[in-house]
Amino acid sequence: MKALTWHGKHDIRCETVPDPEIQDGRDAIVKVSSCAICGSDVHLYDGMIPFMKSGDILGHEFMGEVVEVGRDNKKLKVGDRVVVPFTIVCGECDQCRRGYFSVCERTNRKRENAELAFGHTTAGLFGYTHLTGGYPGGQAEYVRVPFADAGPVKVPSHLTDEQVLFLTDIFPTGWQAAVQCDIQPTDTVAIWGAGPVGQMTVRSAVMLGARQVICIDNLPDRLAMAEAGGAIVIDFSKESVVERLNELTGGKGPEKCIDAVGMEAHATATIDSMYDRVKQAVMLVSDRVHVLREMIYVCRPAGILSVPGVYGGIADKLPIGALMNKGLTVRTGQTHVNRWIDDLLRRVEEGQIDPSFVITQTASLEDGPDMYKRFADREPGCIKVVLKPGSPTANQLPAE
Amino acid sequence: MHHGHHGEGRSSYHALAQGLGWFSIGLGLVELLAPRRLGEPLGLKGQERLIQAYGLREIATGVAILASKNPAPWIWARVGGDALDIATLSSGLSYQDQRRTNAGLAIASVMGVTALDVTCAMGLQKEARAQRMLEMLPMLADMRSRSGFPQGVETARGVADMASVAPEYRVPEPLRPLDESRGSGTAALLAGPAETDVVVEAAGSIGGQDEGGLGLGRRDDRKEVVGIH
Repeated sequence: MKALTWHGKHDIRCETVPDPEIQDGRDAIVKVSSCAICGSDVHLYDGMIPFMKSGDILGHEFMGEVVEVGRDNKKLKVGDRVVVPFTIVCGECDQCRRGYFSVCERTNRKRENAELAFGHTTAGLFGYTHLTGGYPGGQAEYVRVPFADAGPVKVPSHLTDEQVLFLTDIFPTGWQAAVQCDIQPTDTVAIWGAGPVGQMTVRSAVMLGARQVICIDNLPDRLAMAEAGGAIVIDFSKESVVERLNELTGGKGPEKCIDAVGMEAHATATIDSMYDRVKQAVMLVSDRVHVLREMIYVCRPAGILSVPGVYGGIADKLPIGALMNKGLTVRTGQTHVNRWIDDLLRRVEEGQIDPSFVITQTASLEDGPDMYKRFADREPGCIKVVLKPGSPTANQLPAE
Repeated sequence: MHHGHHGEGRSSYHALAQGLGWFSIGLGLVELLAPRRLGEPLGLKGQERLIQAYGLREIATGVAILASKNPAPWIWARVGGDALDIATLSSGLSYQDQRRTNAGLAIASVMGVTALDVTCAMGLQKEARAQRMLEMLPMLADMRSRSGFPQGVETARGVADMASVAPEYRVPEPLRPLDESRGSGTAALLAGPAETDVVVEAAGSIGGQDEGGLGLGRRDDRKEVVGIH
């Protein structure tokens, strides 16, 4: 089968690899109908995530049709149309039973790596580092889904792939990011990053009734899309984020701050950003944390910081004094997709939201390497790429 | 109309760039072919090879300016070359005769051309930015139409309820703001029997800041909180 594989920094290839096979009774094989390139895939593309191996199959946002099931899988049958959460969950361990699916204790088959790096294991993830199991991902024609009687969710036929695909990751991720803020009707919610997760976070905060939603980025296309979703936007390349946020909150600062950027903050005009880049270049830190610093500084005391943005390792110069003295609460984590997915699917069915708004490019799997580059380069108009395995030609959007 | 206006602006800076390109080639040819006649009056005797190298640089830059669709980087390259020229010419200032005067005049001329170069390069960049923005307009209009809410943003506001979607993600009751902890001993102590919201509003105004009505009309949906599922 064809699949997108990782071979090092900025080296993604579409190549032929062996077809996946059932390895466990709970498994299923899914023929992928749609998959997407995620912002966290760009961290892999940029070589920022450790424990990757040449030839790893990428992709953790995918859906499709079940074409084979293991003998112990009583939930799925051949022909089912499913979305597959990016976190692999067993559904049975303590953490899964508590609803903390992204820290499932059983699905990381390389838990020793996670225990070494993080102290404890977290859930296995599709198409990501061997810190999280090194499972082959879904940017492929077929994918083996382990624990397939726990994670995948069947979706109704009247909804298009484009409407439900993002239930696998970015919609629940934006949703959890907003929910973690315990949004109140009086709250100002500031969201750093207007990428796909930031866009979903804006919509989630609006739906959860925030008084004011503010989105911060420097790319005009992404800011325009955030504004369409109900956000006030701040272009950090043109105005001071701190000054503008204080202006919009009567000098008090936003009660809730969300980092939808993660480890590769692109701010370049600040001293701390330059410092991060130098230290990163000589491998003294792995993560650039400009956004976290800014959130800590500007957040209203006793506020909440929510961090859906992916971080991978070690950071430096975090203003711990401000964090402590301001009494801020920090909530983080990979997304507990299965915790939210039924509710969000219902909201899509009811027409409260149509997540397909974020798709700007649709292409074939063969176009994947080029699409990675365009997405990573933040080419104007390229916000969310959907790939269609088996599609012979690219259907590039937006149309002229 | 807009396009035409843009085209006019573009042509004036491009025309200047073309002029600078031809000037570069002309000066380069003189430096290449007559380095001694050019150098001696300026106090650069014995540096003919250097002058010829500068000539080659000028010709290369000039050709690049004339051949390139985007001459701005090559105009900036000229600015760098101007700095080299000035540094080289300044050695002629150490003489106490006509060569000093000539070198001074030459430096002044180069500085004049440098000003033209900078004006041209910056103008070209400004034009390019405007052109990019113009090209992005249809795409930006497309982005502005993507709310993601089939029934509109205003209908979507508050359609979900924190209490119903995630009670266990809420700030624990003992840590909630006092104005929200109706009935708790401490809140009652501070707020008294009157509306606690009003007290918080007043407290918020101590620093001279008006919260714009924050705290009033607050939806007290915590009553709906149920246990962890």
